Amino acid sequence: MADGARRNPLFRNLTAKLAAVPMVLTALVVFAGGTVWTVVYSFTSSKLLPKLKWVGLDQYERLWGASRWLVAIENLLIYGVLSLVLTISIGFMLAVLLDQKIRFEDTFRTIMLYPFALSFIVTGLVWQWLLNPEFGVPSVIKAMGWESFELDLLHDPKIVLYGLLVAGLWQGTGFVMCIMLAGLRGIDEDIWKACRVDGIPRWKTYLFVIVPMMRPVFITTLVIVASGIVKLYDLVVAQTSGGPGNASQVPAMYVYDYMFQAQNLGQGFAASSMMLVSVLIVLIPWAYLEFGGRKRG
Amino acid sequence: MLYGTLFIVCIYYILPLWVMVMTSLKGMPEIRVGNIFAPPVEITFEPWVKAWSEACTGLNCDGLSRGFWNSVRILVPSVILSIAVASVNGYALVNWRFKGADVFFTILIFGSFIPYQVMLYPIVILLREMGIYGTLSGLVLVHTIFGMPILTLLFRNYFSSLPEELFKAARVDGAGFWAIYFRIMLPMSMPIFVVAVILQVTGIWNDFLFGVVFTKPDIYPMTVQLNNIVNSVQGVKEYNVNMAATLLTGLVPLTIYFISGKLFVRGIAAGAVKG
Repeated sequence: MADGARRNPLFRNLTAKLAAVPMVLTALVVFAGGTVWTVVYSFTSSKLLPKLKWVGLDQYERLWGASRWLVAIENLLIYGVLSLVLTISIGFMLAVLLDQKIRFEDTFRTIMLYPFALSFIVTGLVWQWLLNPEFGVPSVIKAMGWESFELDLLHDPKIVLYGLLVAGLWQGTGFVMCIMLAGLRGIDEDIWKACRVDGIPRWKTYLFVIVPMMRPVFITTLVIVASGIVKLYDLVVAQTSGGPGNASQVPAMYVYDYMFQAQNLGQGFAASSMMLVSVLIVLIPWAYLEFGGRKRG
Repeated sequence: MLYGTLFIVCIYYILPLWVMVMTSLKGMPEIRVGNIFAPPVEITFEPWVKAWSEACTGLNCDGLSRGFWNSVRILVPSVILSIAVASVNGYALVNWRFKGADVFFTILIFGSFIPYQVMLYPIVILLREMGIYGTLSGLVLVHTIFGMPILTLLFRNYFSSLPEELFKAARVDGAGFWAIYFRIMLPMSMPIFVVAVILQVTGIWNDFLFGVVFTKPDIYPMTVQLNNIVNSVQGVKEYNVNMAATLLTGLVPLTIYFISGKLFVRGIAAGAVKG
């Protein structure tokens, strides 16, 4: 070994390099290689099997001409913006509430976080049942005397997204609350003292002092939540199966259906490449802010 | 005021669980006439029995128990393999730094943000070439691959917080790569291994996409089978059986969650704090 080390630097640290082989393979072959592969094949006319027959931007033209895809993108935008704003603001508010040195903090946190341990499938199915127009919450409200109450969050194409949103918020806010709470706990006690001495009201301190100080926490949460929203799939499958009609389609469903059901691989690749683009839109500004300003190190 | 708000918020979080439990203990006639929030007049465990051993997916009527055991068979090797690979990897990254390691690590972390949909088909091809597409080992491999970014980050951060003198002293004593890993790092890092196990068990148990893409119907994990049972269009909807099935599927991660408490929180915080 010692001899080899002197002759060839490649063999120095050999065991460590071998131990890192899975990581190297994953990073290069699956993550980088797989991504490039899909993007390349999105410019081909692959149907049942991937074939390198170039068709330029045809798949993308067809994609952006498909009404189902347009609905999926619109849904993702509406759901995404609402879900981002609401999960982060509600999560932060809950964290502030729990930060008031209250009793039973652990109990409250346990209750708010447990949905996060459940899968989207379970979440979707429970809310499907809760929102059931015949037996669920709407029927209970009716039975309580509000006879004209009609709210069908599962079968009305105009509002089905809000049905998904209620379920998504139930599952995800606890997670954001936890991160925010950790952020709040990281704020120096002296800041609070200084603000109290200056006579700044508590809510103003939160809004104008604490929130700006927690900027990194907010940004990290934003990136995590946003990249999760782009992947949104299981919840929709379980709760509405994309319906009624195509009203609650999302891009991930489009990809799955074209790749594994309709045997139209090219469309699937083009659609998934677009998903990649939407993640990059979130990721690149973040990476630039995080690593661009100061040199990496 | 404060407690009042918190109390109302908690009701929103608890209600679905309450309704699930109550519905699963009622008979269908009672569900049709009653209020979903009301506790059962007559408690019956029949929906649970039915969900576990009789519920149908397609032609198979052997209940969710099949999905449960499939999930267990997927879960155990996936958790062990992914943690073994990632912990060794994190250890190599911290203590045996080599040229280029950071580049791969950065790709790995950025890769974890790429939507899985982009990588699904290339993985199908890879698995098919290896002859394990549609098998249990194929899915285990997929879980190991996609568990790697978060777990490597977790272990890397933990190992780099350990005093370096420890490692150096062991080196001076002539211990090699594996000796240091097994005799020093492993015993010192039990808490972080527990966190990793929690993270992986809940993550893999809750997975749906990989299960549906990389396995065949007879080895579908529990989540996939559950969805097929509840969202099947044939037959009369038995809401009580559906809720019992849903609860059964949620039981494993919920148990882990309530037992692990603070460690679960630590696991998700580790995922959130950037490396």
